[in-house]
Amino acid sequence: MSAVLAHDYSGAPVGAPVYELTHVSKTYARNSVIALEDVSLTLRKGSFTSVIGSSGCGKSTLLKIMAGLIPPSKGRVILQEQPVTGPRRDIGMMFQQATLFPWKTAVENIVLPIEIRDGKAAAKKALDKAYELLDIVGLKGFENVYPNELSGGMAQRASICRMLITEPAVLLLDEPFSALDELSRDMMNMELQRICREQNATAFLVTHSIQEAVILSDEIVVMKPRPGRIAEIVEVDLPRPRTLDMMTTPKFGEIVDHIRGQLDKGEDM
Amino acid sequence: MTDVPNNGSYNASLEDTVWVEEVAFIDSVPRWIAMTFVFLVFIGTWQLVTSLGMVSPIILPTPWETLQDMIFVGKNLLTGGYMLGSLWITIKEVIYGFALAIAIGFSLGVLVGETAFGEKAVMPYLVAIDTMPKVAFAPLFVAWLGFGIESKVALAAFIATFPIVVGTAAGLHAADDNARMLFKTMGASRWQTLVKMKLPTGLPQIFTGLKIGAVGVMAGAITGEFLGGGKGFGELIRVAASQLNTPRVFSLILYLSFVGLALYLMVQWTQRRLVFWQKETVGRYDG
Repeated sequence: MSAVLAHDYSGAPVGAPVYELTHVSKTYARNSVIALEDVSLTLRKGSFTSVIGSSGCGKSTLLKIMAGLIPPSKGRVILQEQPVTGPRRDIGMMFQQATLFPWKTAVENIVLPIEIRDGKAAAKKALDKAYELLDIVGLKGFENVYPNELSGGMAQRASICRMLITEPAVLLLDEPFSALDELSRDMMNMELQRICREQNATAFLVTHSIQEAVILSDEIVVMKPRPGRIAEIVEVDLPRPRTLDMMTTPKFGEIVDHIRGQLDKGEDM
Repeated sequence: MTDVPNNGSYNASLEDTVWVEEVAFIDSVPRWIAMTFVFLVFIGTWQLVTSLGMVSPIILPTPWETLQDMIFVGKNLLTGGYMLGSLWITIKEVIYGFALAIAIGFSLGVLVGETAFGEKAVMPYLVAIDTMPKVAFAPLFVAWLGFGIESKVALAAFIATFPIVVGTAAGLHAADDNARMLFKTMGASRWQTLVKMKLPTGLPQIFTGLKIGAVGVMAGAITGEFLGGGKGFGELIRVAASQLNTPRVFSLILYLSFVGLALYLMVQWTQRRLVFWQKETVGRYDG
């Protein structure tokens, strides 16, 4: 699992380790179900990692542990040399739903994390940065619009800004675009890639789509259920920046087939 | 021809055949006309039934008699007659009762909706009390608080509290898992989560409770006056009824309904201003 070291393709995760999980296990006391067993994982600075697996493979448990929402039963979770013991401002998170609050304008939604952590005055100071971020995701002109007036894709763009406003060291993405239609989804994925590169962000994506995982990731963590564990970590050595055309290349197909094979081995879906 | 492939059946003689969407008649009528229509049908039937002598005038006055009495009562109210004093008493009961119901209902709603203790230990009792016929408590309130407005305020508040508790508790449960998780990841305190997320998210439900409460508080005040005497509008109705002065009963009820309507509209107006993001569902009770 720590075998990934040397890469000779462009855009490879050669940065220093940002997030390190060592022998992490999680057993839910309530029903003594083993949700995660012995997961070790390293995210390097600027890398994009996806996790894929059938339901019950523990990927949402893994994400919650990484977000500091629940503690692991065993193992070490270290982000930027500090053990994770709860939610932290250097962790950015994004969900399937944009979850913008309808009583706040786009820009007010974006500075909400600052408002919660540092108060209203700090949030006001962060407004300029929010405007900048909105510009980056292509929502210039929508700063003072209420979420009701935004389309699904636009709302997710705004929620990307909200995630980035605290300048997190790691982005945890929980199927962020799965509620969008396929066309917007492809477009948003390319946007996400661009933003991650511009910000040199370290991203961790949970997804159900093998194609999405392959087109975005440097590494794909394939997980198996009962108990949730890592089956394989697949490197994706497609050049960067990735384009949607790459989905038709034989190499892309090969990797997709390989992952599908791995997933099929993992019992019933 | 090659411009229009797969369209061989298209020809000039059919060009005039346009498929027009039919609009239902009611959709083309403005609301106020439709409402006036129903009003006229109602009044017409009423006039017909009474003028044909199908019902005794003591049981049902004619619309005309009722209108005349309304004018009489209206003059009395406008000139500061004894009825204005009565109306003012009832309005005070309603306002105090509603304020009390909001204070208690909201606090209990937060206790029940936000704390596990409230949900486990307090909610069952609230449900139990809510199923009781609350009007039956009126004699008790009179015995405890006397024949003044206090006993009416108490009954009015007692009736209006429960919908507000339920609305508030439901509102606090309305936030979805994503919003809760988001607030957790932002490191929000319990207070921040409550004030900045759960309460605003639950405002529509809270206002539904307030609207039901606003209707209940009116019923509570009048019932209190029926059963506990005093000098309010309810007492005027009771006296008029005992004198078989049915036109007066009708006109007093209509004036009371204006008070109730005003209270309801005030709540609705506040809701529209405060919950500006909520989509309007016109004409719905919970809108």
